[in-house]
Amino acid sequence: MNIFHCLILSAALFTIGTIGVIVRKNIISIFLCIELMLNAVNLTFMAFSKYLNQVNGQVFVFFIMVVAAAEAAVGLAIAIVLHKNRKTLSVDDANLMKW
Amino acid sequence: MMDYLWLIPLLPLMGSALNGIFGKRFPKPLISAIACGSVGASFIIAVAAVTRLLALPPVERHVIDTMFTWIASGDFVAKAEFLLDPLSAVMLLVVTGVGFLIHVYSIGYMHAEDGYYRFFAYLNLFMFSMLVLVLSANFLLMFVGWEGVGLCSYLLIGYYFDRRTAADAGKKAFIVNRIGDVGFILGILLIFATFRSLDFTAIFSNISGDPSRFPVETGFGILTAVGILLFVGATGKSAQIPLYVWLPDAMEGPTPVSALIHAATMVTAGVYMVVRCSAIFSRSPITLGVVAFIGVSTALMAATIGLVQTDIKRVLAYSTVSQLGYMFFAAGVGAFSAGIFHLVTHAFFKALLFLGAGSVIHAIGGEQDLMRMGGLRKFTPTTHATMLIAALAISGIPPFAGFFSKDEILWSAWVGGHPIVWIVGLATAGLTSFYMFRLIFLAFYGSERFPENARQHPHESPPSMTMPLIALGALSIVGGFVGVSAWMRLGPNQFEKFLEPSLEFTRTIQSANPAPGQEFIFAVISVCVASLGIYLAYRLYVVNPAASDNLARRMHAPYSLLLHKYYVDEVYDAAIVKPVVVGSREFLWRGIDVDVIDGSVNGAATMVQNAGSLLKNIQNGLVRSYATWILAGAVLILLYITLSQ
Amino acid sequence: METSLFYLLGGVALIAAIGVVALRRVFYAALSLIVCLCSLAGIYLLLDAPFIAAVQIILYAGAIMVLFLFIIMLLDPFAATAYTDKRKRLMFFGTFLGAAALVMLSSLLRSYNLARAPHELLQAPGGIGSVANFARSLFGDYLLPFEATSVLILVAIIGAVVLAKRQT
Repeated sequence: MNIFHCLILSAALFTIGTIGVIVRKNIISIFLCIELMLNAVNLTFMAFSKYLNQVNGQVFVFFIMVVAAAEAAVGLAIAIVLHKNRKTLSVDDANLMKW
Repeated sequence: MMDYLWLIPLLPLMGSALNGIFGKRFPKPLISAIACGSVGASFIIAVAAVTRLLALPPVERHVIDTMFTWIASGDFVAKAEFLLDPLSAVMLLVVTGVGFLIHVYSIGYMHAEDGYYRFFAYLNLFMFSMLVLVLSANFLLMFVGWEGVGLCSYLLIGYYFDRRTAADAGKKAFIVNRIGDVGFILGILLIFATFRSLDFTAIFSNISGDPSRFPVETGFGILTAVGILLFVGATGKSAQIPLYVWLPDAMEGPTPVSALIHAATMVTAGVYMVVRCSAIFSRSPITLGVVAFIGVSTALMAATIGLVQTDIKRVLAYSTVSQLGYMFFAAGVGAFSAGIFHLVTHAFFKALLFLGAGSVIHAIGGEQDLMRMGGLRKFTPTTHATMLIAALAISGIPPFAGFFSKDEILWSAWVGGHPIVWIVGLATAGLTSFYMFRLIFLAFYGSERFPENARQHPHESPPSMTMPLIALGALSIVGGFVGVSAWMRLGPNQFEKFLEPSLEFTRTIQSANPAPGQEFIFAVISVCVASLGIYLAYRLYVVNPAASDNLARRMHAPYSLLLHKYYVDEVYDAAIVKPVVVGSREFLWRGIDVDVIDGSVNGAATMVQNAGSLLKNIQNGLVRSYATWILAGAVLILLYITLSQ
Repeated sequence: METSLFYLLGGVALIAAIGVVALRRVFYAALSLIVCLCSLAGIYLLLDAPFIAAVQIILYAGAIMVLFLFIIMLLDPFAATAYTDKRKRLMFFGTFLGAAALVMLSSLLRSYNLARAPHELLQAPGGIGSVANFARSLFGDYLLPFEATSVLILVAIIGAVVLAKRQT
C-alpha cells in the first residue's frame, strides 16, 4: 500500500464532501459534509506522516480534530438559533443577504 | 485740438455711462442735458479740429492721434489710433452735427416715454461707436465701431421691447448684419495676411507704391477678393441687395432712431468704408462692377417697392435703401467723392424727412398709415414746409442740396462709360421724386382722412422738435453749394478738391473727355425727369385721387408684387430661415444634443446600471451558490496548476 | 494482506461518504458518516498511528458525531428533504466542478514522483505513531499550540452557550 492510494482516496472523499456541501439543503447535512472534508484532509496528513516518517503530521491531525470539535459545537448552536428564528433548517431560506 | 481727438468719441461714451447707470434716478431735464450736452460738446470739438485741419496745407491734412497700443503680438501691432483727414472730417461733422440735432429733437419726441434715460444712454452709446468707426486709423478699431453700431442698432430698434414685432425686428437687423460681418472679417483677415498690417495709411501706401505687386487686376486677384469680401460687409451694414431686408423692419424703432441710425449715419458706414478703401477698390474693375451693379439694382428695386407702400416710415426706409444704392454705384463707377457728397446731402434731407414724419405721426396721435392722413398742411405748417424742402432736395430739383450730388453721380456714370447705369439711375430718380411727392401729397394735401380721436385736433410739434427741422431744412437748401460741379463755371468742385488728400492712393478711373456743355444738357434731362415724377404724383394724388386706386386695380398683379416687396422676405424665410430652424431643431438639437450627447451620458449610466443588474445576481443570498463560486475559483486555480505541469 | 485490508476499508469509507451526500434523511446521513469515520480510523491503524486512530474513534465518532445526533434529534430528524429542488443548475454545476476537481487532483498526484522508498525508520520505540512518541512531540515541540487549543475550546463553549441560550 503506497501513499498514492491514500492520497487518491483522500481526494475522492474531499470532492464528495464538496459536492455534498453544494447539493444538500439541510444545514446539518452541510455540516456533516464539512466534517467529511475535514476527515479527508486528516487522511492526507496521516499519509504524509507515514511517508516522511515524522510525527508532525499526526500532531496536526490532532489539532484539526480539536478545531473540528469546537467548530461543530458552535455551528450546531447556530443551526439551533436558525431553527428557532426561522422555523426552518433549509439553508435556502436564510437569504436575507439577497439583493 | 489735434491731441484731443479722443475726446470726441469719449464724451458721448461718458454721457451714455452716466445716463445708463444712474439715469433711472435722474430727472428728465438732467438726462437730456447730459445726453445732448455731450454730443454738442463733441460737435464743437469736431468743428474746432476741422478748422485746425483746414489751416494745414492740403498735403499735410492727415493727422494721427494715438491713444494706446492695444495689441502687440509678434509682428502684429494694433493701436487705438484716430485719424483725422478730409474724409473722416466730413463724416465727423455729419455724425456729430446731425446727431446733435436729432438728440435735441428726441427731447420733445420721447418726453412721454418711461425708458427716457435708456433711450438716451443707447443713443449716446451709438454716437460713441459711430465716432470710433469714422475716426479710426486701422481696420481693427473700425471693426470695433462697426460692431458697436450694430449692437446699438439692435438695442434701439428693440427699444419698445414689449412689442413682439420690435424685438423680432431688432434680432433680424443684428443677425442680417452679422452675416455681412462674416465677409467683413474675412476681408480683414485676408488684408492682414497680405499686408501684415491693419493700418490704413500703411496698407494704402503699400498698394499704390508697389504697382508690380498690386497691379490693376484684370482677373480675380488678391485685391478683388479683399474688395468683394469687404463689400459683403458693406451690403449688410448699408442695406444693399441681398442683405437689405432688415432696414424696413427697423422702422419698429422710435422715429429719431430711424432718422439717426437708419438714414444719416449707421447705414452710411458701408459707403464710408468703401470710399476709405478706394485704393483697393479702384484697382479691381471686377469689384467695382459688382459694387455698381448691386448699387444700381438696389436703387431701382427699392424705389419700385417704395411706390406703393402705405406706412409713411416704410416709404422713407425704402427710399433710404434706394439712395444708398446711389452712393454705392457712385463708388462703383469711380466717383468716390461724389458718393460721399451724396452721403452728406442725403444725411440732411433724409434725417429731415424722418424727423418730419415723426412730427406728423406725433401730430395725429400715433397714426402711421398714409391712407389715413391728409390735409395736414394747415395744422402743421412748419413740418409741411420743411418736409417739402426735403422732398424737393431728394428729387434733385435745383438749387436744393440733392440736385448737385445726384447730378454729379449720374454724370460720372455717363462719363465713365456706363450708359446703362446712367439710364437706370435716371429712371430711379424719376421714381424717387414720384414716391416722395406721393408721400407729401397724401400726408399734407387732399381730404382729411385721419380719425378724429377724442383728444384733440392735429397740432404742430413743440419747438424742441421743430427747431431741428428748420435747421436741417436750411442745410438741405444750402448744403449742396459746397460741391458745385465744375461745369457751372463757378470754380472747381470744392468738395472734390477737399477730399483729394484722402483719396491720394486711389487710382483715378479714366473717363471719356466730355464735350463742353454736355453736362448742362444732362443736368437739364435729370431735372425734367424729376419734374415729371412730381407732376405725375400731383395728378394721381391731388387732382384726381381716385385715379391712383383705379390704376392699382387695373394693374393688380404688378401692384400686388410691389406691395409685397417682391416676396423677398418670404423667399428668405422659406429658403434660409426655415431650413436653419428645422435643421437646428431636428438635427442639432434632437439628433446630436439629445440623442448623441445626452444619449452617451445617459447611456454610460444605463450601461453601468445594466452591468450592476447583471452582477447583482451573484448576491442572491444563497449560501450554496456562494460555496459554488468559491469552488469554481478553486477549480480554476487547480486548472492553472494542472496545465502548467 | 495490508493492501487488501486497505482496499476494503477504503471502499467502505467511499461508500459511506457517498451515503452522507446521497441519503435523504439527515439521521441516516449522520449514521453513514459514523461508519466512514470508523473505517478511517482503521486506515489510520494501517498507517502505524494507533493513538490517532483511538482519538478518531473516541473524539470524532464518539463525541462530535454524538453531538450531531443530539442536535439532529432535537431538530426534526426525519424530515424528508426533497432532492429535486429548484436549483437544478446549481446542483449540476457543483457536481461538475467537483468531478473536474477530482480529475485534476488525480492527474496532479500522478505526476508527482511519490513512489519511492520511504525514509529510514527513526529510532523511536514503538514507531513514530506510538503514544509515547506522540506525547513527546505534542507536549514538547507543540506545547504552545496545545495551550492555545484549550483557549479555543473555552471560547467555543462560551460561544455555543451564548448562541443557543433561551432569550429571557
